[in-house]
Amino acid sequence: MNLGVTNSSPGLHRERETHGGIQVEGLTKRYGGVHALDGLDLNAPEGQVLGLLGPNGAGKSTLVRILATLLKPDSGRASVCGFDVIRDPQAVRRSVGVAGQYAAVDEYLTARENLNIFGQLARMGKRAARSRAEELIERFDLGHAADRPARTYSGGMRRRLDLAVALIAGPRCLFLDEPTTGLDPRARVEVWAVLGDLVRQGTTALVTTQYLEEADQFADLITVIDHGREIATGKPAELKDRVGGDHLDLAVRRAADLPAAVSALAAAGLPDPKPDPGTLCVTAVLPGGTSRMAEVLRKLDGAGVEVADITVRRPTLDDVFFALTGKADDR
Amino acid sequence: MTVTETRVAGSGFVLALRDCAVMTRRGMLRLGRVPDELAFNLVQPILFVLLFSYVFGGAIPLPGGGPFREYVVVAVFAHSLAFMGVGTGTGLAVDMSRGLIDRFRALPMAHVAVPVGRANAELLRALLVTGVLAIVGLLVGWRAHLGLLSTLAGFGLLLLFAYAMAWVGVTIGLSVRNPEVAGTAGLLWVLPLGFVSNGFVPISSMPEWLQPVAAWNPVTAVVTATRTLFGNPLGLAADPRFWPLAHPVQAAVIWSLGLIAVFVPLALLAFRSARSR
Repeated sequence: MNLGVTNSSPGLHRERETHGGIQVEGLTKRYGGVHALDGLDLNAPEGQVLGLLGPNGAGKSTLVRILATLLKPDSGRASVCGFDVIRDPQAVRRSVGVAGQYAAVDEYLTARENLNIFGQLARMGKRAARSRAEELIERFDLGHAADRPARTYSGGMRRRLDLAVALIAGPRCLFLDEPTTGLDPRARVEVWAVLGDLVRQGTTALVTTQYLEEADQFADLITVIDHGREIATGKPAELKDRVGGDHLDLAVRRAADLPAAVSALAAAGLPDPKPDPGTLCVTAVLPGGTSRMAEVLRKLDGAGVEVADITVRRPTLDDVFFALTGKADDR
Repeated sequence: MTVTETRVAGSGFVLALRDCAVMTRRGMLRLGRVPDELAFNLVQPILFVLLFSYVFGGAIPLPGGGPFREYVVVAVFAHSLAFMGVGTGTGLAVDMSRGLIDRFRALPMAHVAVPVGRANAELLRALLVTGVLAIVGLLVGWRAHLGLLSTLAGFGLLLLFAYAMAWVGVTIGLSVRNPEVAGTAGLLWVLPLGFVSNGFVPISSMPEWLQPVAAWNPVTAVVTATRTLFGNPLGLAADPRFWPLAHPVQAAVIWSLGLIAVFVPLALLAFRSARSR
């Protein structure tokens, strides 16, 4: 993988590097004996949204904390908007906005006060902070609640305010750590709408998520990580091709039916069905989606397989891992 | 979407002062938003003033003479201000556990403004608490007898002490991992600090080995100094064996400035290594 990292000579620490996005090279971070990051490489080109996909504990939050200059890595390097996070943290802080799963706004202050204060702390002028705050209140649809303390907000409103605060100083680069985790479906759609706007404006962003579907919504590029390492990178469509679109889960009543079910599915054109004797299930990618279901049912019926349950679903993170590593997520 | 040209310029020091002012304003806004917290800051001291004045006051003859009410009100001032530092610590620990501190640390602001803003806002809280307590004191019969300047000096000393205790609270709040621990840790040292003093009883009534501890306690110095400046009864405090009791005002100033000088750098150190979850 070409990282496009330029090496700056030691005497020129503060020189802007040519690359404006996010580059990470061989980053490691250990907590005790556990490798949170284990030689992670990734690259988010300027103006693009990189979806960082991985299960709990994959190292997503650790990476965001390092990129946001909150944590120092043990080794490796990372640069954001052309600034090295270790050598020039102040320049990085001036260039980025951070929002996370723990909506970090001051609960006792109103949306307007939060935006004004964080704007001023980001070293904006008072007047500039105020007009920018009004603009964001409008854009994030917080006008009706802008003078109420944030602790009275719903989860979705709070997350929107958190995003607005992250954007207050017009950052060139944005880190969003699981922006929809813990939100109900409606609030999740609200946040997606806002993210969609940002993406269309060409903001460079790193968005972590546990959901393939979510990354697919707004990422230009997806990097899948596990155990602190990159395991795949590609455009959403490419990754989905590798994972294989819709999945079929078939449960049979008798263990003896499993081999017959596997050959029936293979005969219906499903590549490589995987039986699991423990749960009496067969899982397979369903090429062509539900249109192939009639054929599948005919073959199963013809083979005399007694079906307990049959479902078609979008690929999950587990399927991604299975497809990319050949083994299920072992957590 | 670039608004970088709207950023303010200036020397690091001026910008840091500006950050401190912004954080102080944030702390003050919060003060009004949590009226129950402020009320709680007031309930206990008011209760103390009333209990000591009307319940214990009649039964405890004050050694050295003078009205017990005048004696005890100043002790409650100093006590309440010392105990406020516990709330300071808990409040900061709450900020930390909610990830708010991370937000500050990821900003290009001067990080020193976070503890400074908190301590400054606490000073305003101390001013409010002292004001209300003074009114309650006046109602139960407490008076300052030595004129305006001396009275103002007494209140100034109390507020200086409150600022010192706020910094102790800030340091504890930034050093521990959660609000509950901050509360317990704060109380653990404030309780003996408050009571092993001549606030409510004369030092001469304590066992021999405890007397030096009480005499060198900053609360003793502040209470004795303030009583002196208000012209309130000292309850046999002027014990020539101990320097702070012979020079209470100097001792109180040195103690408060000393605590500030030690705990400001400690708080900044704690902030640098602080990390939400």
